[in-house]
Amino acid sequence: MAFLHGLSKSHTDSGSGLKRRSLTPYILLAPGLIWLITFFIIPIFSLASTSTMVRPEGSQIGTYVQELRFANYIDAFLVSKEQYLRSFVYAGLATILALAIAYPLAYAIAFKSGKYRNILLVLVIAPFFTSFLLRTVAWTQILADSGPVVSAIKVIPFIDETFRINNTPAAVVIGLAYNFLPFMTLPLYASLERIDPRTLEASGDLYANGLTTFRKVTLPLSMPGLVAGTLLTFIPAAGDYVNAAILGNPNTKMIGNVIESRFFAVVDYPTAAALSFTLMATILILVTLYIRKSGTDELV
Amino acid sequence: MANSKVSQDTGDLKLDRVSKHYGDFCAVDDLSLVVPDGSFFALLGPSGCGKTTTLRMVAGLEEPSAGTISIGDTDITTQKSYRRNVNTVFQNYALFPHLTIFENIAFGLRRRGLKDVKTEVENALNLVEMGHLAQRKPNQLSGGQQQRIAVARAIVNRPEVLLLDEPLGALDLKLRRQMQIELKRIQTEVGITFIHVTHDQEEAMTMADTIAVMNQGKIEQMGSATELYEAPKTAFVANFLGQCNLIKGKVTNRANGKAVVSAKGHTFEVPLSRVATDNDSVFVGVRPEKLRLDDNGINSIKDCVVIDRSFVGTSTQYLVKAPWDLDLVVFEQNDEGLHDLRVGDKVSLEWDAEHTFALDGAQDINAGSDLDDEE
Repeated sequence: MAFLHGLSKSHTDSGSGLKRRSLTPYILLAPGLIWLITFFIIPIFSLASTSTMVRPEGSQIGTYVQELRFANYIDAFLVSKEQYLRSFVYAGLATILALAIAYPLAYAIAFKSGKYRNILLVLVIAPFFTSFLLRTVAWTQILADSGPVVSAIKVIPFIDETFRINNTPAAVVIGLAYNFLPFMTLPLYASLERIDPRTLEASGDLYANGLTTFRKVTLPLSMPGLVAGTLLTFIPAAGDYVNAAILGNPNTKMIGNVIESRFFAVVDYPTAAALSFTLMATILILVTLYIRKSGTDELV
Repeated sequence: MANSKVSQDTGDLKLDRVSKHYGDFCAVDDLSLVVPDGSFFALLGPSGCGKTTTLRMVAGLEEPSAGTISIGDTDITTQKSYRRNVNTVFQNYALFPHLTIFENIAFGLRRRGLKDVKTEVENALNLVEMGHLAQRKPNQLSGGQQQRIAVARAIVNRPEVLLLDEPLGALDLKLRRQMQIELKRIQTEVGITFIHVTHDQEEAMTMADTIAVMNQGKIEQMGSATELYEAPKTAFVANFLGQCNLIKGKVTNRANGKAVVSAKGHTFEVPLSRVATDNDSVFVGVRPEKLRLDDNGINSIKDCVVIDRSFVGTSTQYLVKAPWDLDLVVFEQNDEGLHDLRVGDKVSLEWDAEHTFALDGAQDINAGSDLDDEE
């Protein structure tokens, strides 16, 4: 509503440019609005309508008619509740793993990198120069049974000869954590970088050792970045299907895989649409609870 | 908890031959200093003179390259900042933006394991007259209010030494004056040693019992504001504190408790106690308000010309040219004996021998003159 406020204000201004000025917000918003309407609002209504359709008896595959059958949602959930739950578990684990890697990384870039700061930031986003798919396939090589990671782990005594990572849940979680790492790192970096180093000095001056300073000052001040980073990792990870398809096995399928196969393999549009909606709703609820709980709206 | 026992009156702060190097740059050069317990001490100097580095070494935020720092009999040179019973009021306050004012002030107490902090925090808030703001966040406060909170946050811990790093630098002039008086009052009330770092000579002179004037990592001179102003020992101190007229000359005679200096055919008398050098080449110094527009004093210069005048309310400031290449500044009190001279008028100047001092002539005559206002 901010732009409307701006509008009413500009009306009180005198001058000949009044008309043009009052149109400016709309002109600036137009591309985004048109984009959102065409590629988000309309599809979402079409998806909603598809989700309650039914395939008439004996009709061709891919033919559906609207019957407002809301039971589609229950059916869809019942056939895929295992993958549904798994998605959130994997996404949660991947988020924790990414956070564990990204926090020290962002901290080091923000406070300890000196003149290398910009180079390190470029390196964080450098993976985006290669395709998401290719990078995920590359991980099958890294985690291969005869690859460097598995060989290194097998050096440890008592590790079973049959130990492997590829095609296990671990591989899927690692892949998810890797792919969304920059989305975790950058918001964390942004909020850490904004911390005045003198507040950290002040904390030390006020009898807090390094660990306490981290707990009481650095961590609370980086909460906005932490919340943003975990959301930017968790949300796409929960809906992801590439990592589970490439790095997992049939027992690691996530909800994204189910939706994908319902749409493209089974051509069961109503179930796919219902699942998409359920996923969206669940994520929205989780995110709302999370933001409430973390209380980041209070932070500067 | 290393600091759970806070003792008062633990002794003087001593810096013994402390140096700090950053690569080739020497920020603090072999500095020795004793700050008596309970005093208000100012480190005064231009930007980059090493005063803040000195303060940070006392706070434990920097480690000296050489030398030792101790409070009473305890050597704190390598003690971690969080173990020292020394607190700092930072230049831009460095309040914790995510905590309320109450929690900001309670921070140090809580870290030392105190459970019941309420009374002490409230006392500290009342000391700085900010009791009504306890539940606000720092960004809801004005600069002056934040400044007081920063003082309260440090002082509530009853440190042995309180360090103030240009604490008034970000405030406007009126608020600064007010806070100077306030800080002085707080110091008298709590009796803690205050070390105040500033580049503002007026601020240092108003507040401190003892001022150390620093230049290029060394202490130029240390003493009370009056001593430094009335009897500077170097050209830097003479120029940095207030304004000063320096006249180059040669000592021709030292006898009967006075030195006679001749310069361009004039002779000036200086009490020997106010001659800061054994060298014969000297600068004769006299403060502008000590000069009179008359010609029967012991020390006088005749045939001068007024080249500029400005009326500043309490006084009129004249710029007067001596018969040789020398400009002198004269402040004349705005009272009955006012001369009201115009530019171009001929005048004579005179001043008393006891207002005269002499400095070593082997230094830069302009040292410290254009430095007093950084930013």
